Amino acid sequence: MILMLMVGINVEAFDTPNESSKILSSSELPAPPTEVLVKDKPNDAGGSIIVTWGKSADDVEENELVKEYRVFRSGALDGEFELIGTANKGFEKFVDGTTIDGTQYYYMVKASDGVVHSQSAVSEAVSSSAQWFHTDRISMLVATAIICFLILWFIGKAKKGEELYIRPIAGLEAVDDAVGRATEMGKPIMYIPGIADMDDIQTIASVIILGRVARKAAQYETPLLVPCCRSIVMSAAQETVKEAYISAGRSDAYDADKIMYLTDDQFGYAAGVDGMMLREKPGAIFYMGCFYAESLILAETGHSTGAIQIAGTAMPSQLPFFITACDYTLIGEELFAASAYLSREPLLLGSLKGQDMGKAIIIAILIGGVIMVSLGFTKIIALLATG
Amino acid sequence: MKKEIPLLITFIAGMVMILQFFIPHRPFSDLQQLFNTWFLIITVFAMILGLGNLFKVHTKRLQRRPKGWWYSIVLLAGFAVMFTVGMVWGPARGTPFDYLFWNVHIPMSSMMFALLAFFVASASYRAFRARTPEATLLLVSAILVMIGRVPLGNYIWDKLPLIGDWIMSYPNMAGQRAIMIGIALGIVSTSLRIILGIERTYLSGK
Repeated sequence: MILMLMVGINVEAFDTPNESSKILSSSELPAPPTEVLVKDKPNDAGGSIIVTWGKSADDVEENELVKEYRVFRSGALDGEFELIGTANKGFEKFVDGTTIDGTQYYYMVKASDGVVHSQSAVSEAVSSSAQWFHTDRISMLVATAIICFLILWFIGKAKKGEELYIRPIAGLEAVDDAVGRATEMGKPIMYIPGIADMDDIQTIASVIILGRVARKAAQYETPLLVPCCRSIVMSAAQETVKEAYISAGRSDAYDADKIMYLTDDQFGYAAGVDGMMLREKPGAIFYMGCFYAESLILAETGHSTGAIQIAGTAMPSQLPFFITACDYTLIGEELFAASAYLSREPLLLGSLKGQDMGKAIIIAILIGGVIMVSLGFTKIIALLATG
Repeated sequence: MKKEIPLLITFIAGMVMILQFFIPHRPFSDLQQLFNTWFLIITVFAMILGLGNLFKVHTKRLQRRPKGWWYSIVLLAGFAVMFTVGMVWGPARGTPFDYLFWNVHIPMSSMMFALLAFFVASASYRAFRARTPEATLLLVSAILVMIGRVPLGNYIWDKLPLIGDWIMSYPNMAGQRAIMIGIALGIVSTSLRIILGIERTYLSGK
């Protein structure tokens, strides 16, 4: 004990009895962390408290007096503190995700070199709770509300019979031509719905467009091949195509085997589709949905068969490949506009108009934001930020 | 009722998912995970449908003997072999299933991926033909970026890597972000159409 006092270390600085033996090799106690602050983690489902502290004065690159911070917790101010986690040197924050909502806790942080520790003062009492609204997402809520209002407003206008102008989209204008060309050539149409599952909005949009293409294929009596990479997509595609054939009055022409499952494997799927393209020589190929590295393998093989190709994806990294290898490409939002555009139904066109107005507002905000930040009104950044 | 019930389920599920994004409190906070779990369960059952379809389509091809029917033999034989070794020895490390996966499946997948290099070359050849002002701009930017990203670019002129980085960070990034904003709006619009039952193509559009 005398030896310990000589080197200026408190007995409480040891976590385990074994560590007391190592004290002999240590000569300096690190400076303790300062200002331990605690607060309930905001915008969560409860069960979490954020502990922050000021770094120890010895937490610097030049020395090894602080290697980590050890965070302790107790249910009472004079109760026993238990170790709940550690944070590396240089860090000033720890999130305790093991609290019980409504229970009060006290925290204390120790700066440690792995052998000796110096402890901070004990924090104030804190308890965790769940919140009913995510305050960091107010700007997103406002933006969503405005865009939804615009879409519903224009849908309402369309319902009243008002004529809405929609800008022409070349790729969608060409859908009829592509189906017609395949029909004239006596070749099938191939529709590739991407490699994502039905939980991807691009696949949902793709299956909706498939319904439109299938209806035209049924009207022209042109075979439609739909190789799928996911079982659920295959089931959804079969139902969609079947409904399209029924609504076109050609339920007899529907063949479920033409909408087939190949494999979940990305390149296995690419190989399978490439093989089908080379054997069947389709007159028109549609690539609609989510694609990754297989996009160019498919589109280049399709190009080599001489088919008219129309692609649409919301994957920015794959767009250059499709633009290069396909005759028409629906860029990003055009994929989502396709169903409304092809159907020409006023209600769907109304939603497109609302979407375009939303884009106009965002462009105005971008320009206004750039001007304001350039003039020094930087608060606009915090106002528009989301968590 | 055949149409109303799916529309009602879609509306409720869609609204709940929107609410859980803004409400962190339970039970909303757990709903996304719960829905994902349900989706996984459905996916597993749908896999049986997929395999059944695969088996049915290729068995029919063997019966009808259309062009390239022998590929179906390869597929069914591969299916049978992998299924048998998987059921008999399991998928653990060192089993025949594991051996076939690493020594047959993975090399074939890698081969398909490797083909991408040749397709990139052929697609680039077509895209970079300077026939229009836009294609010329593309050609010049691509050359600057490509040369700027290899050591040779630095040897030719030490500003080339900076020019390549500038093209990627400013014009390219601005274009990508514009596309992303459009995509986000498209997603909101499509989701709203589906949730409100305006988009009913998957229900025959009626």
